[in-house]
Amino acid sequence: MTDITKDATMPPRSFLSQDAIQVFYRLLAAFLICAVLAVLSDSFLSLGNILNVLRQASLTFFIASGLTLVVLTAGLDLSVGANVALSACIAGTVIHKTGSPALGILAGLACGGLVGLLNGVMVTALRIPSFIATYGMLWVLNGLTYWYMAGETLHGFPAGFRQIGSGYLFGLPIPVYLLLVFLGIGTLFAQRTIWGQEIYAIGANPVAARLSGIPVARRLLLVYAVSGTMAGLASIIFLSRLNSAEADIGESLTLPAIAAVLIGGTSLFGGVGTVFGTFIGALILTLVLNGMNLLSVSANWQPLVTGIIVILAVWLDMKTRRRAQ
Amino acid sequence: MREAAVASQPNPLQRIPGVAIVLVLLIALFSAIAPGFLSVANLSNVLVQSTILTMLALPMTLIIMTEGLDLSMGAVLTLTSLCVAIVSLATHSMLLGLGAGLLVGAAFGFANGWLVAIVGIPPFVATLGTLGMAQGLSLIVSDGQSVVGIPHSVRDIYSATLLGIPVPIVMALVTYAAFHGLLYHTRFGTYIFALGGNREALRYAGLSPNRLLIMVYAIGGAMAGIAGLLMTARMNSGHPTAGLGLEFDAIAAVAVGGTSFERGNGWLLGTLLGVIAVGVLRNGLNLISMPSSVQVASVGILVIVALFLDGLRSRA
Repeated sequence: MTDITKDATMPPRSFLSQDAIQVFYRLLAAFLICAVLAVLSDSFLSLGNILNVLRQASLTFFIASGLTLVVLTAGLDLSVGANVALSACIAGTVIHKTGSPALGILAGLACGGLVGLLNGVMVTALRIPSFIATYGMLWVLNGLTYWYMAGETLHGFPAGFRQIGSGYLFGLPIPVYLLLVFLGIGTLFAQRTIWGQEIYAIGANPVAARLSGIPVARRLLLVYAVSGTMAGLASIIFLSRLNSAEADIGESLTLPAIAAVLIGGTSLFGGVGTVFGTFIGALILTLVLNGMNLLSVSANWQPLVTGIIVILAVWLDMKTRRRAQ
Repeated sequence: MREAAVASQPNPLQRIPGVAIVLVLLIALFSAIAPGFLSVANLSNVLVQSTILTMLALPMTLIIMTEGLDLSMGAVLTLTSLCVAIVSLATHSMLLGLGAGLLVGAAFGFANGWLVAIVGIPPFVATLGTLGMAQGLSLIVSDGQSVVGIPHSVRDIYSATLLGIPVPIVMALVTYAAFHGLLYHTRFGTYIFALGGNREALRYAGLSPNRLLIMVYAIGGAMAGIAGLLMTARMNSGHPTAGLGLEFDAIAAVAVGGTSFERGNGWLLGTLLGVIAVGVLRNGLNLISMPSSVQVASVGILVIVALFLDGLRSRA
């Protein structure tokens, strides 16, 4: 998928103006959806519902933000959902065994990061294509989680720990603050650090990146480890909000996360996209699913709609890029 | 590598070892530790249970040979299995049920091919999208419930025998023969090798690679339709999660069978042996009372090891 017409020597920052336009279109789309939903449903504009949308979007965003970095390198991480499930179950067990939420959080993050690192090793050292390596990992993790939990449900965590996912601070849910923090960190890292710029360069043209002295394998390891760690973070939020952990909580998370990244304008072919775009993507997806919920469409329709959105997003992305060339 | 000669048949001697050694090792292992593994009843059980996977793994081989992938197969099989159940329940006709399953499966396959070939979406994302769509449609048409009370004519397919051989095995053998003939003895088969190995050559020969690619994916969807009939017959019902994840076993069988993900090389007999290897692995783990979760993880590890070895071989 190396495209010699892409020039990696061009600093990615020059994409920003185009990125800004892309982000503007997506913000416009989000506002349009809001307007339509406000007309169709009385309860959409209630404070409770808006906070609910933000909290829901933040969960998708945590998983999708790490994934954005992976997709920027022209890779894919299909194991994020399964990673969330395993990390949540391990974090839950540690909290139950030790009674210490801090140790549990550490265990969840470590588990997520370790899985991400393993993905990175498969992609870089074993040179397995990322989508198939992480797809294999998905099933390994699924198997491990179901075996570990053996049909049990972990339930009931300390009140302090539950605040992370369900608490409020100055009227806003705590996950929303975390969202702002990680949105800031992610954007700064991708746009303003050398490592971030190198990640863009690897995605735009891996050969040129290697020839210009970028340690490609180490950056890829970092990217997959970050994606895994963010899945670990999402697992903590999930655990504390649901106040329970089951083996199957990750199954419906991967497709929405990929959808958020793609709606946000990150190109599957690498090198183009922003973490902020992914945030808007998560917001748009959540608005659509929330709207269906408010209009009492059965939840059975959600996978169908998410699938259609994934394909539409890639199709739109390819159309606009073809025109730009 | 793209320079690989068009339609070069793989050298069997080079490949038989990999998958055959895996199969022999697995059989030896489970004969030793799993009581009852070597009984005729159990072995025939392994073969009958492998038939649905065969129906998916053979077309998956062709798709992977084109440097593609179909992640939607398991979800499409679930949907076609429900279609078979619903239509045969309404019409009391097995054939109409099969027709509905085939039609829906082929439509999904066609959509996959269209998205990959014409729209140009990378196969794993295009089929991930259609996976979600098929899964959603399965939930919608069944309303999340099992479809029960299907006619005997459907159920009997799984239990009937022909000349003493279970009908599912006959169907799998016929399918294998058809795919073998198609891939190695027709022009279409030659073109499939070229789709993965040298797409430019097809264009110079005045053929449309896109149309061929769509056909390959459509064949995959149609086979998921036939497998849907077997699935409904086996479960004696339609269930909205019946086939989820089966595409993974299919990909595992293809990978273990020695078909490369990068070079447009495929080997159907290897896939067949790969299917049996996956079947033996699951059956053996089942016999020593390992939960299905361990089976899933083992298949996952099998795939990663197979891909790693494939990578080593391609660099050697």
